[in-house]
Amino acid sequence: MKIHEYQAKALMSDRGIAVPKGVVATTVAEAVAAVGPLIESTGNPVVVVKSQIHAGGRGKGRFKEHPDVGGVNVVLEGLAGGIPAAEARVRELATAMLGSTLVTVQTGEEGKRVNRLYIEQGIDIATELYVSVLLDRATSRNIIMASTEGGTEIEIVAEETPEKILMEEIDPGFGLLDFQARELAAGLGLEGDAARNGVRFLHALAAASVELDTDLVEINPLVVTTDGTVMALDGKMSFEANALYRHPDVVALRDESEEDAAELTAKEYGLSFIKLDGTIGCMVNGAGLAMATMDIINYVGGEPANFLDVGGGADKDQIVAAFKIITADPNVKGIFVNIFGGIMRCDTIAEGVVEAVKEVGLEVPLVVRLEGTNVDRGKQIIDDSGLNVVSAADMKDGAIKIVELAR
Amino acid sequence: MSVLVNKDTRVLVQGLGKTGRFHTDKAIAYGTNMVGAVHPSRAGEIEVFTGETDHSGVEGRPDSYDVRVPIFRDVAEAAKATGANATVVYVPPPFAADAIMEAAAAGIELIIAITEGIPVADMVVAKRYLQDKDVRLVGPNCPGVITPRQCKIGIMPGYIHTPGRVGVVSRSGTLTYEAVHQLTLNGLGQTTAIGIGGDPVNGTNFVDCLSLFNDDPATEGVIMIGEIGGTAEEEAAAWITQYMTKPVAGFIAGTSAPPGKRMGHAGAIISGGKGTADAKIAALEAAGVTVAATPTDMGSAMLEALSA
Repeated sequence: MKIHEYQAKALMSDRGIAVPKGVVATTVAEAVAAVGPLIESTGNPVVVVKSQIHAGGRGKGRFKEHPDVGGVNVVLEGLAGGIPAAEARVRELATAMLGSTLVTVQTGEEGKRVNRLYIEQGIDIATELYVSVLLDRATSRNIIMASTEGGTEIEIVAEETPEKILMEEIDPGFGLLDFQARELAAGLGLEGDAARNGVRFLHALAAASVELDTDLVEINPLVVTTDGTVMALDGKMSFEANALYRHPDVVALRDESEEDAAELTAKEYGLSFIKLDGTIGCMVNGAGLAMATMDIINYVGGEPANFLDVGGGADKDQIVAAFKIITADPNVKGIFVNIFGGIMRCDTIAEGVVEAVKEVGLEVPLVVRLEGTNVDRGKQIIDDSGLNVVSAADMKDGAIKIVELAR
Repeated sequence: MSVLVNKDTRVLVQGLGKTGRFHTDKAIAYGTNMVGAVHPSRAGEIEVFTGETDHSGVEGRPDSYDVRVPIFRDVAEAAKATGANATVVYVPPPFAADAIMEAAAAGIELIIAITEGIPVADMVVAKRYLQDKDVRLVGPNCPGVITPRQCKIGIMPGYIHTPGRVGVVSRSGTLTYEAVHQLTLNGLGQTTAIGIGGDPVNGTNFVDCLSLFNDDPATEGVIMIGEIGGTAEEEAAAWITQYMTKPVAGFIAGTSAPPGKRMGHAGAIISGGKGTADAKIAALEAAGVTVAATPTDMGSAMLEALSA
């Protein structure tokens, strides 16, 4: 689960991780009102106006409606003109940004609507660094990854200058050890106060990651200010889905407007659904088989419209819900139901499909492939239903048939 | 021959909720030696399982069964009383990692964790706890392990399996069934089928299973079914190049998966350009693995690998 930058920074700040002061705003008036107090309390006439969306690359992103405005804007007007000048500029920016669509490398062409801004104090930066905490699957442990190349995407650093990436493995039995934090700080070139602050920062970050069950905490850039403070200038946090049950405070931060509506509905019904761009709707049991079904549709020349795993024990209601979600997508030109019945019996699936078609209606071709437990009874139910359903002998046969029919 | 489980495996069940009870019953119907259950609040009780024998399982049994499984307070007590050497974990996610560690502390050699949805951080701790112990964890979030006609531990449908020549190892449940079904249809059958699970932190990986199958005289070839996310398949490819003496076929799910999206399994995600199906397929092919182009071709890819 993802959250916004301002939310991540609040969680960090609560856990002793230094972050700039800032105020979240959902209206132009709130944005403008934030400026004066921020400048007065920090003594810095510079403020930054940052779009809050669940996607990276905001700084280089541009608004569809205002191609001259970026996703993150540093307001320097206060340097010469004081608070009134800063407020005037923030008013201009907020008016353009709120409600507009920000396109970044991570949002895709359609972009994301900006509903919130974060108005933050300006920081006198001496150095920009990078740090993150994430799971290393090869060792089954969390690692702290750090680099002197702050502000650059870590994937690019890894590709071009891998020697600039520092890593320390966190033993879950001990947590981040002091010498590991010191080595990282030294590797980042931190000295004196900055080194001491850096070690404290890294310990707090590692502890927050464990406490909150994050699957990623990424600070890029991590900055050292001219007075030696080590601070998270940006902050990205995402949380491990399986552990959310024990973090109601984190779940409360969920911004459903950032998530796909169909994916949210699917979640309510216990279905695992991901919307894709193609035309063939898929309904499958099992995640691996669901992925493989997308692959085989692709292989025979079609494009899947979704990933949908109904799970190992779906009942009729879930099948009906799954059908509704698939058919609600106007791009869908055909549906492929691919079931290998194990614990989930083919006759249950068949009954669900028949019921769903009767309830929802069927305006596109439907191919059903059933195999496994009670397969004959399942096929009989489909045949007896009188519905216009095409049977498939195996997965490939089914994929070929649905792609053909959907043309 | 087989790996991990056989007719002599004595199995405990941890977690006798709806799912645990249902699958314990199916395992008994198949002929698995279920010797005890662990349920703290029901210690001392007996759980009764009766029904019709699943004749696709262990041979030579009457048409019905009536099995009484004693319930124990904890794994240590259960192990001591029953001589169990394996356990299957159906405990709900918040308590499952603890159940795994408890089984390890009790010295159970083989722990098969079926539970889906265990917090990753809990598994990081559990794996650390297990690292110095002489136990093997399979899973979590897996269908389990089956040696056809000998022992079924987990949630897979028993009847699709048939004794034979091929070892099966997979990160996915239904895709394993698909492969097993194809191997049964083309007459190859299976020595043992192992589901290693779809989570990012798991106990047994591809390399462990390839090594077991490599040393099993009855296994003539191995089919491994991987998917996007992580580098377990690439590590397997490196191991195959160096050590594998038997033909290997494979399939990788997720060639059409978009980056940054978790495809159902917690571990199935392409992140930062890493863990793509294409990279895994290339690594396996470079290691001489016959990779099936589609999931329908898994059985024929195994036949091809065996006859090469």
